[in-house]
Order: sequence, then structure tokens, then C-alpha cells
Amino acid sequence: MAIDPVLLSRIQWAWVIAWHILLPAFTVGLASYIAVLEGLYFFTGREVFFRLSGFWTRIFAVSFGMGVVSGIIMPFQFGTNWSRFTDAAADIISPMMAYEGLMAFFLESSFLGVLLFGRRLVPTWAHFFAALMVAFGTLLSSFWILATNSWMQTPQGYQVVNGRFEPVDWFAIVFSPSFPYRLVHNVTGFYITTAFVVMGVGAWLLRRGRAIEDSRMMIRMALNLLIIIVPLQIFFGDQHGLNTREYQPAKLAAIEGRYDTAAPAPLTLFGIPDDSAATMRYAVDVPDLGSLVLTHSWTGEVKGLKEWPPDQRPPVALPFFAFRIMVGIGVIMLLVAVVGQILQVRGRLWNTVWFLRACQFVAPLGFVAVVCGWITTEVGRQPWTVYGLMRTADSVSPSLTVADVSMSLALYVIVYLIMYPTGVVFMASLARRGPAEVQDPHVTGIESGRPSRPFEDAARAGFDS
Amino acid sequence: MVLDLVPLWTALLALAVFYYVVFDGFDLGVGMLHGMVADERDRNIVMNSIAPIWDGNETWLVFGGLGLLAAFPLAFTIIFPAVYFPTLIMLLALVFRGVAFEFRFRHPAVRRFWERGFSTGSAIATFAQGLVIGTFIHGFKVDGRNFAGTSLDWVTPFALFTGVALMFGYALLGAGWLVLKTEGPLQDWARRAGRVCLVGVVIAIVVVSIWTPLESAEIWRRWFSWPNIALLSPVPILTAATIIAEWFAFRSRYELTPFLGAIALFLLSFIGIAISLWPMIVPFHYTLWQAASSNSTQAFLLIGTLFLLPIILMYTAWSYWVFRGKVRGDIGYH
Repeated sequence: MAIDPVLLSRIQWAWVIAWHILLPAFTVGLASYIAVLEGLYFFTGREVFFRLSGFWTRIFAVSFGMGVVSGIIMPFQFGTNWSRFTDAAADIISPMMAYEGLMAFFLESSFLGVLLFGRRLVPTWAHFFAALMVAFGTLLSSFWILATNSWMQTPQGYQVVNGRFEPVDWFAIVFSPSFPYRLVHNVTGFYITTAFVVMGVGAWLLRRGRAIEDSRMMIRMALNLLIIIVPLQIFFGDQHGLNTREYQPAKLAAIEGRYDTAAPAPLTLFGIPDDSAATMRYAVDVPDLGSLVLTHSWTGEVKGLKEWPPDQRPPVALPFFAFRIMVGIGVIMLLVAVVGQILQVRGRLWNTVWFLRACQFVAPLGFVAVVCGWITTEVGRQPWTVYGLMRTADSVSPSLTVADVSMSLALYVIVYLIMYPTGVVFMASLARRGPAEVQDPHVTGIESGRPSRPFEDAARAGFDS
Repeated sequence: MVLDLVPLWTALLALAVFYYVVFDGFDLGVGMLHGMVADERDRNIVMNSIAPIWDGNETWLVFGGLGLLAAFPLAFTIIFPAVYFPTLIMLLALVFRGVAFEFRFRHPAVRRFWERGFSTGSAIATFAQGLVIGTFIHGFKVDGRNFAGTSLDWVTPFALFTGVALMFGYALLGAGWLVLKTEGPLQDWARRAGRVCLVGVVIAIVVVSIWTPLESAEIWRRWFSWPNIALLSPVPILTAATIIAEWFAFRSRYELTPFLGAIALFLLSFIGIAISLWPMIVPFHYTLWQAASSNSTQAFLLIGTLFLLPIILMYTAWSYWVFRGKVRGDIGYH
């Protein structure tokens, strides 16, 4: 692969979006968790929910702030680096992106202010309502941006006029065939990611004997959610796979590492893909299992990449390995959820130290799974930006040179490598303080009534007092 | 019969861009002035004066960008490759400025570093926006539907001049805002800073007004052919009157007038640029109508925008109302 503006622009895109996606992966789940805590506090009046909500809201605010600034970068990439794609597809994708801004940003930023600083300024029900609206905003954001992505993966409802995609049926555009599966699979993945972080933080506090009631509540709530949604996620993932087989069979072939069409097809557990020779080296196969998993029949046909000309095949290695890491993490998560539930039922959860320690280690796995899932679906749809219709190589801005994109990529790398570690250290230090220490919302009056200064408010509670 | 939505989208986008320029303009300006305030307590007041509202202002940049993309995609896809580096610098400066604002509370030892980051980031972001405006007025090399120049085409004396000019302009807005939000010696300082910025702005307006018609015969005819020269004469006359009023406003006791005067100067400059370029959205290649997206696209987004925009404006107005009045040092952040 030559170093050209296309490759460099793809790396730049991957760099800014991979960092960005970590934040929604956390904030979508956390916003809903906070809404649940606020609801429980509203209906039961128990102090533990009040403390937990305040604790997590502060961490939420920091990650949300970082999500906003890293998100502002994204729409401008369409213009600077992908102008030909944007020219061709803008009539279809841009209203969906604009709706994300109008609906989601508005709801989130307005009600986050009330959530953060309005505890004593508004009644409890209004505070609960604000939490619900923030959660709703994050889900609307997921809705519109995944609708945009799904249309690029499985386009429909358009007509091509002079080489540009024009809208014909907006309902068909928004609800493209892969959209429902992608939305459910993503949002569930975000919820699972958050639940594991909540459980890990609870376990860390509990092992140090701090905020015992609060950390037990965190672990219990996370486990009770996970035992339901981890198996559900495996089901959703399977359904998404069937959908991919129908609409993006080449992507499925890459995920499976399958070059030759086979019926019945084996399941390749591991191997070293060789795209130039179109063969899987050192393959470890389980006979017939591939057909069962992918077609739900012992003899179903699985298409291989040789069905497509070489210039229409995605590279195999990245989707193949990223998918296996994602599924492996899914299995670990299922194991943790089941073991944790068994321990809870037997009443041994709180003194099983090895399990609590394990909870800490698996806490960041959700982020890895989300990024791997993203790599699988995005690399797997190559070489297309609009699947089957517009090539990635034809999408880049024609005026860009290698020097241009090298320079911008280097600057994005430097700034993100300063911003992210600082933010993560900051959030970790907030988490370490625990709910007991930051329980009391630090209301100083109307001056703080905006979402603008999450870090500041957090810092004030965390460092200066 | 399909209703032509281009005029409506032009108005909406002009509103969004003007809103962004004035509102993020004054907080970028305050950010630049912040770096020149010597006293630490005063610097806190300066920061606090924009703390509750600056990020809300910045979301209008996203709305402006996405609105341009949705309503006039051809403009979006030609302009942004042409201003590849100014856009990059602006985005990174805004990111750095944003996190600097928040991270400065983290630890006293790194506080000064992040404070400097905040004012430097504000200055760089403003300069980069000025580059974009200058390059836009100057026009682009276009081949078909693509930008045909290089990623360094924006390096022109004119664009560099407008970059510096916008720094004075935003600082003028910022000084007006500080006069409104502060009192005592700090307010006096802001009044003096405002007059210095006003001198810079006057020079900028005069130079740009002479430079653009000389560069483009089209713009020359637009302003100086008969009867245009008579019809358009209110614009320069009003501008001159506003400049004089602004000078005395900074010297007077009035607290809101300097800020309103600065906004008026921006509005007149905005109108001036619009008159020069109308109906071009990609000077001097594509008109608003040629660059527009399909009617279906514009209609689909318009429905939601007309419903949501008033709500957003109401919320914004409310938040400014909540934070009205003078900022004082004793209700700071810590």
C-alpha cells in the first residue's frame, strides 16, 4: 500500500474517530445510568442513589466535555479531507448530521447544566427530568449518527443524478437495512461498557473498604443489568451478522477469513490471512460450524472473497482479528456476569476478593470491544465509502498532498496525546475520591448554572476543598 | 410547483454565521485580552465573565458548518479543502482553548500554563478564522466541482491582513463585553483597550474597503457604478457614524453601548461583504442557487430547524438572563 493522501486521510479519520468514539461509548451508558439513579432517588428517597448520581454526574461531565471538543473536529473532516465523497453524498447524509446537532446537542447541553448545578435550584422531579433529557439526547445523537453511517453501509432510498446521490425516500434513507441492527448492537455495547466501568470502580472502592453501601449498590446494579444485556448483546450481534451476510457478504467473508465459497463452511478460529495469495495460512478450523453460526443451518453456504474481483475485496487481517478480539471479550464478559450473579445468589459476592479484583481488570474491556467492533465494520466495508457505489479512493479531496495530510495528522496526534491522558487521569482521580467525599453538590448559586465548566466544578470539589 | 427554499436557507445560514461571529467573537476576544491583564484577580474576573456561555457559543460553529454542508454542499466541499490548514489550526486551537479553560483548575502548578494556553489558543483560533474569511473573499481556484488550487493558496497578503484585522475586531467585541461585565479599574482598562482595538478596526475596515474593489472589477462595479454608489452610500456613512459613536461610547459612562456599537460595526461589515459577493457562495464561481442541495434535502432539514431553532434561541436568551449583571471576584470559582 503506497503512502498517499487517501491512506493518510484514512489514518487521520481513524485516529480522530477512534478517540472520539471512546467518549460516547461511555457517556451514552452513563447518562442512562444517571437517569435511573435519579429516578430511583425520586421514587424511593434513598440517600445512596443521591450520592451515586452526584458522583457519576461529575465524571460524566468531564467525559462529555471531552466528547464535545473531539466531536467538533469530526464534521469538518468531511470538508477538508473527503470533499469528493461529501460532494456526492451531502444531499443525503448532511441533514441527518445536522439533525444530530440540532436535536442532541441542544437537549444535552441545556439539561446537563440543570443536572450538574441545579440540585438546589430546581425541585427533585425537575432534576430527574433533566437527567432523562440528557440520556434521551445521547440516544438521539446515537440514532442520527448511526443512521448516517448505516446509509453509507447499506444505501437505499436514493437516485443517482449526474454522479451525485439525491434523496427519493427519506424514511428508506434513515431506516436503511443495517440501521436497526447497528443501533441496537451499538447502544447495547455502550451500556455494557459503562456497566463494567461502574462495576470496576465499585470493586476498587469496596476492596479498600470505602463507601461500602455505595460501591455495593454500584456492583449489584451493574451485575443485574449485565446478566440480562450481555446474553442479549450476543443475540443482537448474531442478528447483525445475519444482516451483514445478506447486505454486505464480502464484509462477512473478511470477518470469517473465508476466501473460498463453501457449503457447508467450517468456522475458522484462528489463522494468518494472506490477501495477495487469497488464502488463510495456519488455519484452525472447526468443520461445519461456520455454516451453523452464520446461516443457522448445518449446510448453509458461506461466500468466499474470491466471488469478488480483487479490487472489490476488503483487507482481511483487520476485520478478522478485530472481530475475534470483540467476540473473545464478549465471552469474558458473559463469564464475569454469570459468575458474579452466582456469587450474588449465594451471598458470597462481597468477600470473594478474586472476583472483585477481576472486576477491576475487566473494567476497560468494553472500550476495547467497541473499538474492535468499529474496526470490523469500517474496514470490512472497504474499499467503499458508499457501499458498492463509491470508492474510498475516489472520495478524498483532490487538492491534498502527502505533505498536507502528514502535517495535519501529526498535529492531531500531538494534541490528542496531550488531551486524552490529562482527561483520563482527571477522571480517574475523581473516581478514586469516591462518592462519599464528593456527595454534596457544590452549588454556589446561579453562576454555576451551565454545563460549561464540568472540569472546574469537579476540580473545585476534588482538589481545592 | 416547488417552493424555492434557497433564500430562506441563505437567511438562516447568514443568521447562524453572524450569531457565531458576534458571540464566539466576543469570548475569543475576551480570551485574547485575558492574556494582557496583569493582575491575577482581574484575570479571574475576565475568565468568569465568559465562563457560563463560551461553549454554548461554540456550538453555533457546528451548526453553521453543518448548515452550510446541508444547504450548500458544493460550497462546503470547495471551501474546506482550500482552507485546509486554517481550518486545522482553528479546530486545534479551539480544542486546546476549551480544555485549557477546564484543566486550569486542576492544579495550581500548571495553572499558569493552561491560562497562557487559553489566551494563545483564542488568538490563534481568531487569526485562523480571519484567514478563512480573507481567503473566502479573495476567491478560489475551481475546476468543475472541486477546489483546484493547493493547500497553501490561503497564504496571501490579503488573507494574512484579514487574520490580523479579525483579531482587532474580536478584541473590540471582547472589550465591549468586559465594559459591560466589570467595574472599577478593570472596566477603565477595558475602555482603554477598546479604543486601541477600535483604531485597529478602523484601519482594517478602510484598508479592506479599498483593497477589495481594487482586486476585483466585479466588486468595483457593484459599489461604484451608478446608481449603486448612491443606493449603497448609507453603508459607509453609517459605518463612519458608528465608529465615531463607538469612540465616544468607550469614553462615556455608558456600559452597554460599547458592546452594541461593536456588534453594529460587525453587522455593517457583514452587510458590506454580502453586498460585494452576492449572490456568490463560492466566489467567483458558484452562486447560492448553483451550490444548493436538492429541494428535498433543504425541505427535510428545514422542518426540524424551524421548530428547534426558536427553542434553542429561547434557552440561550434565558441563560444570558440568568448570568446577567457584573462579575465579581468573590464569587469566583474557588
